[in-house]
Amino acid sequence: MGGVSYGFLGGMLIGAAAVILLFANGRIAGISGIVGGLLAPPFSDSAWRAMFIAGMWLGAVAFILARGAPLALTVQASLPVMIVAGLLVGVGTRMGGGCTSGHGVCGIARGSKRSIVATLVFVATAMATVFVVRHAA
Amino acid sequence: MSSSAKRLLAALAAGFVFGLGLVVSDMVNPARVIGFLDVAGKWDATLLMVMIGALAVSIPGFRWILKRPHPLFGDGFSLPTKTDLDPRLIGGAALFGVGWGLAGLCPGPAVTALVTLAVPFFAFFVAMLAGAFAYDRLANRKA
Repeated sequence: MGGVSYGFLGGMLIGAAAVILLFANGRIAGISGIVGGLLAPPFSDSAWRAMFIAGMWLGAVAFILARGAPLALTVQASLPVMIVAGLLVGVGTRMGGGCTSGHGVCGIARGSKRSIVATLVFVATAMATVFVVRHAA
Repeated sequence: MSSSAKRLLAALAAGFVFGLGLVVSDMVNPARVIGFLDVAGKWDATLLMVMIGALAVSIPGFRWILKRPHPLFGDGFSLPTKTDLDPRLIGGAALFGVGWGLAGLCPGPAVTALVTLAVPFFAFFVAMLAGAFAYDRLANRKA
């Protein structure tokens, strides 16, 4: 799959998912919060978080079954770099209170100044990182 | 059905639509994400279209929902309360961006890509959990 029209369609689905979760449960669909919250109190919220994550896997598996082909994903970094990157994403999203979905999709939709600034910052440092890795290193 | 069961089913449904969106848009693919972030290379506009598509739904949707007195299956909305631009927000977002750029993965795709059962995605996911857990423990000790 690919291309900008699938991007727009997929984006609308992501926006719809955020709308469903806020409308039904009053919760923000921020994936770093949903995943990070599994490991942190209050554990009374762990069940719905686990269900959301299970739903994400089911959505991906349903797509694979419907299309009859596995996902064709291309990993771009070596294993050690993947581990360092994972640590940075884990620390950074907890410290900054959100990621692409929580700040980028939900926070901007609420008109949150914090989320708009956070999104500009993480897109800028991500672009700078890719520039250094691909064109300067 | 009890209201807590309804809440769990709603979370499952929302997660399903979210995961579907990530694979339909190909945002689960690190090469696609890095193609967007690589502004000096062969730029790929897909991620920008994903953001526009998502906000086209979430902006009007949230505006309508937040005028309602309470969510369908609950007493109130759980929304962030902070409004100040503190160093943690900026520093955290900056660190997150570096990791996002290195791997081409943010948390949603990192979760979804596990369905491929490929080792690099598990390595990233476990490291992400470890980073989140370590930060939470340190931050809570200071507080």
